[in-house]
Amino acid sequence: MTVTIAKERWSGRCLEAVLGTGSRQVKVGGEATLPFLHFEGEILNPPVVALEVFDASPQEWPDFLCAAYEGVLDDPAAWAKKCVEYGADLVALRLTRIHPDGENASPEEAARVAAAVAAAVDVPLIVLGCGVGEKDAAVLPEVANALAGKNCLLGLATQENYKSIVAGCIANGHAVIASSPLDINLAKQLNILITEMNLDPDRIIIDPSIGALGYGIEYAYSIIERVRTGALMGDKMLAMPVILLVGQEVWKTKEAKTPDAPEWGEQKKRAVLWEVATAVALIHAGGHIAVVRHPESLKHIKAHITKMMQPQQY
Amino acid sequence: MILIGERINGMFKDIREAILNRDPEPVKRHALLQTQNGARYLDVNTGPTVAPEDQPAVMEWLVKVAQEASPLPCCIDSTNPEAIEAGLRVHRGKAMINSTTADQWKMDIYFPMAAKYGAAIIGLAMNEKGVPKDANDRLALAMEIVANADAHGIPMEELYIDPLALPVNVAQDHGPEVLETIRQVKLLASPAPRTVVGLSNISQRCPNRPLVNRAFLAMAMACGLDAAIADVEDDDLVDIAATANIILNKEIYCDSWLKTFRQR
Repeated sequence: MTVTIAKERWSGRCLEAVLGTGSRQVKVGGEATLPFLHFEGEILNPPVVALEVFDASPQEWPDFLCAAYEGVLDDPAAWAKKCVEYGADLVALRLTRIHPDGENASPEEAARVAAAVAAAVDVPLIVLGCGVGEKDAAVLPEVANALAGKNCLLGLATQENYKSIVAGCIANGHAVIASSPLDINLAKQLNILITEMNLDPDRIIIDPSIGALGYGIEYAYSIIERVRTGALMGDKMLAMPVILLVGQEVWKTKEAKTPDAPEWGEQKKRAVLWEVATAVALIHAGGHIAVVRHPESLKHIKAHITKMMQPQQY
Repeated sequence: MILIGERINGMFKDIREAILNRDPEPVKRHALLQTQNGARYLDVNTGPTVAPEDQPAVMEWLVKVAQEASPLPCCIDSTNPEAIEAGLRVHRGKAMINSTTADQWKMDIYFPMAAKYGAAIIGLAMNEKGVPKDANDRLALAMEIVANADAHGIPMEELYIDPLALPVNVAQDHGPEVLETIRQVKLLASPAPRTVVGLSNISQRCPNRPLVNRAFLAMAMACGLDAAIADVEDDDLVDIAATANIILNKEIYCDSWLKTFRQR
């Protein structure tokens, strides 16, 4: 007896976004079905993984995470190179020094660091602000200018501060991360507002906000899933690829940070698994770019993606 | 909700004159306006004043002119099979045939035509005996249409059953029957066929026609209506379609929902 494989017929598809330039350019999205359902629709590109670089030696990272980047933690350009050696598809530079409560570094200083990192690597660059909306709105246009023509991905743009960031992206040929707080309606609205400034929809990457495993991952999962099914049902304002800022969530959990908990197993293994489990789950929900911190995590996630990209034999 | 713009129809004076003078401008103007207002198809009808032998040529001209002004597909509307085929022959993209009835001889013409041209098709739940008086009789005819469409390999999502809305001022008792038919058509097959109504028919010769049309659209959508041939140039009507889409959870909410509905 033959079994008929049930196939969903979707009317829409995800947008494909292109980041970076040259041979290490990265394409994400473009698929016509849910993640990895090769038998049902076209999966144009595999999800990709970025490693994070800070513009200053991180204060709160556990020793074994710092050890992976020993000798380069004070040099963002060298650190970025190290990430590429580890196999990162993209590098995500986080501008911690611009935070108003910290060093409050100037936009010009941030732009200088970003330019140095961009010059050191050939993979696409993501630049993340400090999370203070007003400061990011002042810094990111300056960064956009310094990286003109390099087709980077800048963020986070929110409903409060998107205008100057988007203008900087339009003027200098970058894509923007549109960030909303775990709310699909706000995510859609922000995409509309940004496209109304005449940035093409395929220059937007959605940050739906996520929670780590054990810290609200279910909410992120269901929102990403709804974004994805929305795109497949033809909703053009939800068709953009999704970025998962995994590292920033995982490395503040107690499971990743607590060294002495024998009943939880060895800390390094535990923390890396936490990062891998979070990223992989959200990739299966429909995420396209996972930003992680530990090179071991990167390795495991990429191995998983490689397996999932093998077409099923139906 | 799939809105099919009703305006390119020889029943309207400006289109009738445009056809007479072969003046493309009024056709183009309505094609563009309806496109901007959120139509997904443009209904194209020569109207009753064109002689049957001239209808194929006029239909061909209307389809070409409409598609010059708009990227939308056409809903090719005629009781004359030759006129419909003339329109299909020059049509770009996936057209919709408007329409067959449940009469076997008509289905034997139109379903092979839909299959040949890859067109969607509207099936009217009536036959030569006229419009049935209740939902059950409408559904029996709808079932015949579903079975015939299926036999010709027409996918159910490309078959639109029209339960036939009649003017509320003369056929008031049909209103609830039409709404009930819309509900039950979904049970005829899996996947279910779609439903469509000629919306403005409900308000023929009534005062305040737009109000009657708007109320009917909201009610029919609540019953599961998928498509309507309607006055897409009525902004309030389109706003109601957009809002009902949101309330029915057919589209993910955002503050600009009236705008996104028109952009689709």
